[in-house]
Amino acid sequence: MGENKITSSQTCVIEPPKTFFWAPLSKPAPAASGKTGTWRTERPVIIQEKCVKCLLCWLYCPEDAIIRKEDNSVEVDYEYCKGCGICAAVCPVDAIKMVPEEWGGKQ
Amino acid sequence: MTILTLTGNYAVAYAVKLARVKVVSAYPITPQTTIVEKLAEMIERGEMDAKMIRVESEHSALATVYGAASAGARAFTATASHGLLYMHEMVWWVAGARMPLVMAVVSRAIGPPWNIHVDHQDIFDQRDSGWIISMAQENQEAFDLTLQAFRISEDPRVYLPMMVGLEAFILSHTVAPVDVPDQKEVDEWLPPRRQPYVISPETNFVMGNIVPDEDYMMMRLSIQKAMEAAKEVIKEVDRSYGKKFGREYGGLVECKKCEDADYIIIIAGSWSGEAKMAIEDLREEGYRVGVARIRFIRPWPEEEISELASKVKGIIVFDRAVSFGSKGPLFLDVATTVNGRTSLRGVIAGLGGTEVRKEHIIEVTKEFINKVEEEGRVFEPEYWLLPDPYRGKPLEEVAPRWW
Amino acid sequence: MLVELRFHGRGGQGAVTAANILARAAVIEGKYAQAFPYFGAERRGAPVMAFARISDRPLEVHSQVRNPDIVVVLDPAIPQLVDVTQGIKPGGLIVLNSPGKSNIKYERVYCVNATKIAKDLGLVIGGWPVVNTAILGALIKVSTLVKVESLEKAIEEQLGEALAKTNIEAMRRAYNEVKPCER
Repeated sequence: MGENKITSSQTCVIEPPKTFFWAPLSKPAPAASGKTGTWRTERPVIIQEKCVKCLLCWLYCPEDAIIRKEDNSVEVDYEYCKGCGICAAVCPVDAIKMVPEEWGGKQ
Repeated sequence: MTILTLTGNYAVAYAVKLARVKVVSAYPITPQTTIVEKLAEMIERGEMDAKMIRVESEHSALATVYGAASAGARAFTATASHGLLYMHEMVWWVAGARMPLVMAVVSRAIGPPWNIHVDHQDIFDQRDSGWIISMAQENQEAFDLTLQAFRISEDPRVYLPMMVGLEAFILSHTVAPVDVPDQKEVDEWLPPRRQPYVISPETNFVMGNIVPDEDYMMMRLSIQKAMEAAKEVIKEVDRSYGKKFGREYGGLVECKKCEDADYIIIIAGSWSGEAKMAIEDLREEGYRVGVARIRFIRPWPEEEISELASKVKGIIVFDRAVSFGSKGPLFLDVATTVNGRTSLRGVIAGLGGTEVRKEHIIEVTKEFINKVEEEGRVFEPEYWLLPDPYRGKPLEEVAPRWW
Repeated sequence: MLVELRFHGRGGQGAVTAANILARAAVIEGKYAQAFPYFGAERRGAPVMAFARISDRPLEVHSQVRNPDIVVVLDPAIPQLVDVTQGIKPGGLIVLNSPGKSNIKYERVYCVNATKIAKDLGLVIGGWPVVNTAILGALIKVSTLVKVESLEKAIEEQLGEALAKTNIEAMRRAYNEVKPCER
């Protein structure tokens, strides 16, 4: 049970339900749909020499698959990157290149 | 307490103010508009500490108060007819999210053709959505139900949104005495808002994301269980309200002279008043009739109606709506509960505000009773009480000749 | 005891407000009352109706008033447009806003020049004399439905202090001036 202040004059109380209750709530968790890295057709490759550490790729990645390191340099989490290419598109210095994946060998 | 003279709509607005609602959002539609007009006035004058959020549609109005409620605020909206249909998607969303919330529905006919008068079609259209749905007979009851709605909806056994139904013009625009309690009395009776969860920037969960089919089905069962639990909560709230404010209605069904009745009229809404007057006249003529007024169409008062069905010779149901291709919606529920135990007639009447007076109710009830007494078991699921100008005439004669 | 009233007026003249004020005055006296407009779209200038019921028992009825005991006509031109006697109960009465003459074919018609009273007191909004409070004064004189004090209180509550003073004056003047119409 907790209290959530919403205005100076009213509070609401979070109280557990007293009947069989199953609300449509869910917590985001990694890998809820399995390792999505295999969904890729193209992989982003970061050219570290060009990177200016602006972190736009990290900000824009919809899958949280850009790993931000302590010095603000970035890496791609290939386990979960779906290869959408947004990071490459937003990079202001063309430091991210999209490279075709060759799952199971060159086609 | 003070006796004010209020329209049904203003009565609802006063109850919303006394419930210390924090967020109001609505889109104007006849005959609802004066509820939120009054609330806007109260907020503007500083008599009410709430936010009025203007929106571009009813869909957004319900989405807005739903958002406010999810964030922990006691929230209210009101609508009618086409507005209610326009927000229909959000109606399901709020119930599915198990979010306590109150909405007044000033029940009105649905077009085309355009019609702003009383009809229960709009509110019955929400029947299956998981909302608790009530129907008032008088302005006073519209006030009482609005206050009670917050307590019922926010009860941890329930956690479902609730509609307060009041009828277009007959209640919404008619002034009548309404006993309005003081803020202090309401504060003593209505506990602070309770809800199952609050969504805030700090919470780390998602509402309404895709779930496994099997979990979806279990969530549906949980709404059904909450509806079942709501029956007891509604009765409890009715009793406790009665103790505090002196008006107790009898829970889900208000019975008048049902104890010794051979026949029962089942009806909901303001025309129950005419039905109650009708049974006085019928009794003078020797017909022992009672009125069971349905105050809550959801949850359906199964037990109350079942008990009546097992001890009377016949039940006549008055519907102010139609399930096209089937029967009147109230009749369908009654017939399921009665399960062949007694004679039945389902009357469809008063659509689009067509006036149903005491004499009409007496006439069809008497005719039904006489038929049952002569023929034994009668089952007439669909009996259209046509408007006076067209009654008794062949249909092919009354239809306009366009072709 | 149940008294049913029908008000005839033009949209904007305050027929609905008159019915509401009367109902309020009855409630102040501990009676039960209802007031409601004719259910339809109202337009300024068009003939409109409003209704009221006053009873010593709680009112369960919600149908329209079909057989009024009393008919109140706020505009002298209305009787030429609609039959204001329609459905009126035997022994009923009509209160008419008119300088003194009635063209209504009915026994008991009372006249009061509510338009003149309103104009004299400056009760004019947008060029329209507001006659509803004056006509109520005439109504309660000939019907004794509610006491003058109750009506005064109802006017105060309904219209607010600023407007109430002149309206109460109009009501009192009409109360004193109403008399049977000439034919």
